[in-house]
Amino acid sequence: MSPDTAMTATAPAAEAAARKTSPGAEHGPRRRTGRIRRIGLPYLLLLPALLLELLVHLVPMVIGIVMSFKELTQFYIRDWGAAPWAGLDNYKVSVDFDAPVGQALLHSFFVTLAFTVLSVGLCWLIGTAAAIFMQDTFRGRGLLRALFLVPYALPVYAAVITWVFMFQHDNGLVNHVLHDQLGLTDKPSFWLIGDNSFFALLTVSVWKGWPFAFLIVMAGLQNIPRELYEAAALDGAGMIQQVRRITLPSLRPVNQVLVLVLFLWTFNDFNTPFVLFGRTAPEAADLISVHIYQASFVTWNFGTGSAMSVLLLLFLLVVTGVYLVFTSRQRRPSHG
Amino acid sequence: MASSPTAARVSPATSTSPASPMAPPRSFLWFRRIFLTLLTGFVMIPVYVMISSSLKPLADVTGTFRWLPSELTFRPYIDIWSTVPLARYFVNSLIVAGAATVCSVVIAVFSAYAVSRYSFRGKRVFTVTVLSTQMFPGILFLLPLFLIYVNIGNATGIALFGSRGGLILTYLTFSLPFSIWMLIGYFDSVPRDLDEAALVDGCGPLGALFRVVVPAAIPGIVAVAVYAFMTAWGEVLFASVMTNDTTRTLAVGLQGYSTLHDVYWNQIMAASLVVSIPVVAGFLLLQRYLVAGLTAGAVK
Repeated sequence: MSPDTAMTATAPAAEAAARKTSPGAEHGPRRRTGRIRRIGLPYLLLLPALLLELLVHLVPMVIGIVMSFKELTQFYIRDWGAAPWAGLDNYKVSVDFDAPVGQALLHSFFVTLAFTVLSVGLCWLIGTAAAIFMQDTFRGRGLLRALFLVPYALPVYAAVITWVFMFQHDNGLVNHVLHDQLGLTDKPSFWLIGDNSFFALLTVSVWKGWPFAFLIVMAGLQNIPRELYEAAALDGAGMIQQVRRITLPSLRPVNQVLVLVLFLWTFNDFNTPFVLFGRTAPEAADLISVHIYQASFVTWNFGTGSAMSVLLLLFLLVVTGVYLVFTSRQRRPSHG
Repeated sequence: MASSPTAARVSPATSTSPASPMAPPRSFLWFRRIFLTLLTGFVMIPVYVMISSSLKPLADVTGTFRWLPSELTFRPYIDIWSTVPLARYFVNSLIVAGAATVCSVVIAVFSAYAVSRYSFRGKRVFTVTVLSTQMFPGILFLLPLFLIYVNIGNATGIALFGSRGGLILTYLTFSLPFSIWMLIGYFDSVPRDLDEAALVDGCGPLGALFRVVVPAAIPGIVAVAVYAFMTAWGEVLFASVMTNDTTRTLAVGLQGYSTLHDVYWNQIMAASLVVSIPVVAGFLLLQRYLVAGLTAGAVK
């Protein structure tokens, strides 16, 4: 039975390979289809995706931008078109860094930036190290790989709520270990309020995020030909040199996308802080998504909330653009 | 260039000694052992807390933390279904995530096929636009989307706001960009000769897609489906705004275990475990495909 099931799992690939190499495969001209059909078909295939992206992403984004120029408070929520135009007022309030609203936004921005850089850096580092360490086979590797992917597979709320329990002041694991068992602190600490909350958030974010880096890097490593390592080893390159000279340069295209994706996801992350802290995050861990959510839904000032979202989007656009230009330019000389 | 003389000096010494050129040094093995052990601890402690606490009586989770339950009880697993309507949330999540996955995969297959196999005007604009929606902060289109759904409801009578349909529609677009991107890479790796042969044999373009390209790209499609399901199953922000009592999903429903007086941590852990099992089990069973799909598709 078991060889059978193994066969079916790999059958399509094997079949594909067989057909690819079979000399009899015909290379005849494409069947003649109507010109209109041939031109129209790709658009027809794209239509569902296009319509949905329009409905759920692009149109709302445009509306969001329009809303940021309106004085949209709770009185106009039923008929937001009737809200008076506010010109640049919402933006002025958002970036007036001497006033409380602007100050809070700026603070939230820097918190988010610091959090994102640390989280992405750690996720990448741990993920890459684990992937490299698990490149060659050893006993228990498959099991370990499965275990490592569990944090990524767990639904965010289930995972984060477990961390909330662990971070509890009176009955949590973290204080029990640090205070009761190891005696590292004078008294039990608060983890979900005050300055500690930043580290609590970072811990959860790294715990949740590094397996994704691990997964991608692991996949990337499989595309590096083994002969490269063998040749390097014959030339006397040590383990560290092999990683520096072969592994990391070969992973560069993978890393370019991976780091960008991790950055955008972490910067925009709402789920983790929202489940960890609830509607109002402590100041030290006031991530921008939750900050804007609060500015919109708690104070019912959607115009200002939209202006903040637009500013956030602009920032991410600029960062992404600069990043892509920078990393692509760096890449070219090494290949050419 | 500067390093080449040293490399030349080192090479004869090392290349003669090891039997296999790939044998890693001892220090590396020890470092790896320590690193992987620590990492396993970091990864598994919350999982252990979740499992062990779900088997504890309430007194164990309200007092000082205990590594082991004072007595093993399955009581929380019985209570979770009556404290909150967990079964209803479960069914809602299953319907929403299942439907979003199926739609997302089908739509992504069509789009990726078009991009991979045809050249047409606007192709680059399409891929860039779709991918760049990944960058949007969800908070930017949460409120506009809410307004659009309410207005569509008022104008046509199709209830999107508060319904499962609205949530399905929203979630499937969340996984769509990554799915399309990954499948384009995957379809590109399926030789074109294959579907051209199918076209010669008299299949239409869709026949070629479903009889040749899709079967050859199954690992990639499975990977995309896993990703889409996980995305929909775990989303919190839109679920908290766009659902009502009857359509509430697990992401929001789980908050019902903390009342003002008591937090039933043992029940929360039991419920978290129960809602995690479908995705974690599915993910671990199919992760082989995910890695294969990423290797052939996204990472290439």
